[in-house]
Amino acid sequence: MSFDNEAEFDREEKMDAKLWKRLFGYAMRNRALFVRILVSMLIVAIIDALYPILTRFAIDRFVRPDAEPTADGIWLFFAVYAALVIVQGFCTTRFIGRSGEMEMAISYAIRQEAYLKLQTLSFSFYDKTSAGYLMARMVSDVARLSDMIAWSITDFLWCGFYMLFCFGAMFWFNWKLALIVLAVIPPLAVVSLYIQRRILRYQRVARKHNSRITSAFNEGIMGAMTTKTLVREEQNAKEFETVTEDMRKASIKASVLSATFFPLVISLGAVGTSLALIFGGAGVQATLGGTETFLGVITAGTLVSFINYASSLFDPIQQLAGIFADMQSAQASAERVLSLLDTESEVRDTPETEAKYGTSMDPKRENWEPIAGDITFDHVDFYYKESEPLLRDFNLHIRAGETVALVGETGAGKSTIVNLICRFYEPRSGRILIDGTDYRERSQLWLQSSLGYVLQSPHLFSGTILDNIRFGRPDADEESVRHAAQMVHADTFIERQQKGYDTEVGEGGVRLSTGQKQLISFARVILANPQIFVLDEATSSIDTETEQLIQSAITEVLKDRTSIVVAHRLSTIRNADRILVIRNGAIVEEGDHETLLKKGGYYHDLYMHQYEEDAMQEALK
Amino acid sequence: MKKNDRYKPLFLPALKGAGWYFIISMFEVVLGIVALYCASIVTSYTLDWVLLGQDPSIPAPLFAWLKSLGPLGRNYWLCGIAFLLFTVLNGLFTLLRRMHIAKGAEHMAKSMRDRLYRKLNAVPYDYHKHVSTGDLVQRCTSDVDTVRKFVTNQLIEIVRIAVMFVVAASLMFAIRWEMALISMAVMPILTFSSFLYFRYVRKYFTEVDEAEGALSTAVQENLTGVRVVRAFGQQRAEYDKFTALNRDFCKKNVRLVHLLGFYWGSSDAIGYLQIALSLAFGILFYVKTRGSANPFSLGDIYLFLSLTSRLTWPVRQLGRVLADMGKTTVSLDRLNEIMNADNETEPGTARSDVDLNGDIAFSHVSFGYESKNDVLDDISFTAKAGQTVGILGSTGSGKSSMVQLLQRLYPVTGGEITINGTPINDIDHAVLRRNIAIVLQEPFLYSRSIRENIMLTAPDAGEAELFEAAREAAVHDVIERFADGYDTVVGERGVTLSGGQQQRVAIARALMQKAPIMIFDDSMSAVDTETDAKIRDALRRHHGNGILFIISHRITTLMEADLILVLDRGKLVQQGTHAELIKEQGIYRRIAEIQDFPAKGGEEA
Repeated sequence: MSFDNEAEFDREEKMDAKLWKRLFGYAMRNRALFVRILVSMLIVAIIDALYPILTRFAIDRFVRPDAEPTADGIWLFFAVYAALVIVQGFCTTRFIGRSGEMEMAISYAIRQEAYLKLQTLSFSFYDKTSAGYLMARMVSDVARLSDMIAWSITDFLWCGFYMLFCFGAMFWFNWKLALIVLAVIPPLAVVSLYIQRRILRYQRVARKHNSRITSAFNEGIMGAMTTKTLVREEQNAKEFETVTEDMRKASIKASVLSATFFPLVISLGAVGTSLALIFGGAGVQATLGGTETFLGVITAGTLVSFINYASSLFDPIQQLAGIFADMQSAQASAERVLSLLDTESEVRDTPETEAKYGTSMDPKRENWEPIAGDITFDHVDFYYKESEPLLRDFNLHIRAGETVALVGETGAGKSTIVNLICRFYEPRSGRILIDGTDYRERSQLWLQSSLGYVLQSPHLFSGTILDNIRFGRPDADEESVRHAAQMVHADTFIERQQKGYDTEVGEGGVRLSTGQKQLISFARVILANPQIFVLDEATSSIDTETEQLIQSAITEVLKDRTSIVVAHRLSTIRNADRILVIRNGAIVEEGDHETLLKKGGYYHDLYMHQYEEDAMQEALK
Repeated sequence: MKKNDRYKPLFLPALKGAGWYFIISMFEVVLGIVALYCASIVTSYTLDWVLLGQDPSIPAPLFAWLKSLGPLGRNYWLCGIAFLLFTVLNGLFTLLRRMHIAKGAEHMAKSMRDRLYRKLNAVPYDYHKHVSTGDLVQRCTSDVDTVRKFVTNQLIEIVRIAVMFVVAASLMFAIRWEMALISMAVMPILTFSSFLYFRYVRKYFTEVDEAEGALSTAVQENLTGVRVVRAFGQQRAEYDKFTALNRDFCKKNVRLVHLLGFYWGSSDAIGYLQIALSLAFGILFYVKTRGSANPFSLGDIYLFLSLTSRLTWPVRQLGRVLADMGKTTVSLDRLNEIMNADNETEPGTARSDVDLNGDIAFSHVSFGYESKNDVLDDISFTAKAGQTVGILGSTGSGKSSMVQLLQRLYPVTGGEITINGTPINDIDHAVLRRNIAIVLQEPFLYSRSIRENIMLTAPDAGEAELFEAAREAAVHDVIERFADGYDTVVGERGVTLSGGQQQRVAIARALMQKAPIMIFDDSMSAVDTETDAKIRDALRRHHGNGILFIISHRITTLMEADLILVLDRGKLVQQGTHAELIKEQGIYRRIAEIQDFPAKGGEEA
């Protein structure tokens, strides 16, 4: 699946030196590795530059167009050549392996850092950022950046050293001819850079179309049933064909452009070679005839070595251009990754709390005060967006052990209250006290470890049913797991599965129904044995009979714990100690079921609505 | 799979219309290589004849003609220009070749994608229940890409290397066969060993892929389950899990890179040894044949060296290409699996001239997914025109399957369903489905604007109709409150609607269909009770003589139905009106009591 986010694909930007310095810093963390790569590349490049010199030597020493040729010492020559080849082969092996190590070290470090960051960022971040976006940063962007950084260091070293030695050798042999041949380098560099950049741009367009195709396939498959029920097969196929047609055109454009690149560079490089042939040839002939051109004395061996150098110089130039073009196109990825690393969490433990209670990675459980479960909202204001305030001067006291139900329409503020209790968000002003202490004076983990949270759409992790129930208490034995499952009546369906508790639930629990997932997430909470329960529409996908069973179990479990229940179905909250009716972020009614019914307010209307039509039907009879 | 079957379902049909591109590019391969070698021959000619005055290794008539030109045939400028010309020609043919291959391959890829997409729409719905979306998408994108890359890069590369080899070998043998043998000595070794090598490392590539997959899955699960992780305070455990996977991935990758490094290093060395060998023997032959009738010249040494080095690197690639061919056949097989699935067929006479305004009758209908009758067993009932049918049943009782049978999303395995007297098996499936509007529990919205989503079933409808449908579905006000209103894009590339909003948009879409039969498959579960009631009011007012099926757990919803069906484990255990069923002992009454509907009515508080 492609996670690529190509929103910025049209951006054409200047290189941001600071950004790259920071990223290349990841490569420099292991100095020894870098030095090893540098030495390997140096040796490889020197030997690469030596090959034409060896050929030159062979021609001038053995072939000798100006004298009688000789084969004396040819095997020694071969032995030296072979030895160099073997040394170079060895260094090549080493530098490839080590560049790979460097690449992995970079990706490992960035991923660890980013993952750690993701474990601490608050929900205000997650509510604004999709999982798909973060996946793209964590997986493809990091892979791309580490690959690019490690291998461009290697390539850059080789190109630099190789060109240096080639230029050196050419100037040493004949500086005038060197100047003539090297005249092609500047246009070569300009053309290479220009075209490489254009190629990358076209490739980006093609990639964008490609991710459109992926989404279209995804949609076609996910919506297969809807497409059939709406008889949309033909129209969908026609629309899809326009997407693939765009892709075809864009890909051909990109391919044709990159197909132009190589021939163009080779041809430009060939100008250098033919210049060597033209001027060098005349020069050698003059030398052999005992005269000189403006190039001075020049041997046949030198000429051949110039031809060799000239025809291999386009390679490093092209590679260097490639590195710069790559960096430019990866800059957007780099920015996105670094900005993720730099994101500050909105909900944060202060340094003092961290010192005392530990971080979420290294908790100091020994310092944690036990939680009784008394919750107080003290003049709390809250909004997600400042222009849309949700809670204003909200006060609420939930006694330890009390069961409180929240009732109200969608958007009334029920979830907000839950989010605040869980400290997924913090009050913008005012305080929330747990057992009389502002919860910001304790660590997030302290609270969340004592919190049992069951969501409307239960989330399971891939693994077995056993693993999932054990999620909150990894050290629980199988007996306690079974006990927890029995309590929520999940054991019947679990035991009917082929492998019982060892059944794999699949990614996100796909192999189970929503109701079954909810039962497991219930068992998971019960096993974790928290002091505070939060049930957010937790039973909406369970059929009424099972719900009834769970209800009795929950009543049992909740007996001396604090619990907050959010539900649409009023029958599920009748047993609560206190029912709060929330409207527009304020408590409008409060009391137990009986009291509220008698009061004849909003709750009464809501509740009676379910009877109204029943009464009507009865009356008509 | 038999060999010829591998290409028939998808590959060969997709090549239709692209064949010429491939044939033309084959010619361009040959011409490009000839031009490339001519450039080397020009250099060799320059060294031998122009520089040293020795006989060059070119065909005698050509040499005779060049000789006859006198000083013009020994001009360095002309040599330089000729060299440049041949290089440019080589470049030009390379460009044309790659362009034509790209055109052919992209044409083929498009055709493959289109065929796959159509196929995925043409298979019966049952097919989708048994496959994973991720896997299918993966096949339709990555596997198509593997085949495309094979055609663009590898197929032509094999041809190119073969042509290069043949041309270079005949050139070298024409000049001196002993030297030709020496200059090609390591090529078979290099090809064969690289082939074996890449076959060997394939399993390491797979391991790396799998480790990367495990790493991505871990990240994905952590991100989607972030609330659960936090609520249970499991950040540390999750971090440790991730660290282990990250380390494993890096370790496996490093091992692979070291293996590759060894390969590139040693094959590099073998290649250069070949060049050293050609150089040393070239010099030996040069010295030995001095003054003979057919001397081995300096130009010959240059030519052999340049041909050898031009052959060595591609040959090294050849092994890799051959080893990778396995990947392509695997991809093709995976795609063929999709193409070989059976299409949805018409079981009967496929009539399209039927009137579907009338009674719906299920008579002894049985159904099972694996053709066992384990989902529905002997269901019989009749819904009269104008009636509302409520359906109650626990999870897995078969209620969704029952209404889906009506649309023939699955074929019944026993019994018969008739609409207005016509068996549904004899109705064209498109006609049948257009006349039945269904709203699923988890409705699917396409990734486009809300307006387009609602108007899918009636693209020519006016704005007034659109608004009316949205109002009836109690979603108009919600939509109007979005910044982009009806033009708000939803789904993957747009905003995410809440479950209840999605359901209501889907209800509006179904209303636009103006079908005589409507089915609501628990499709108001995420809508709150009040809105639910509002929607049902609107439905009742407008539905006229059609038949309405409503699956629900809510007694308030069911009690308004003219006929209530109660399903339990695939059997129809109760049917009747609310008044009837509430008096019977049974599931319905039990459920009603749970939802505080006492049998005798009244309020116990």
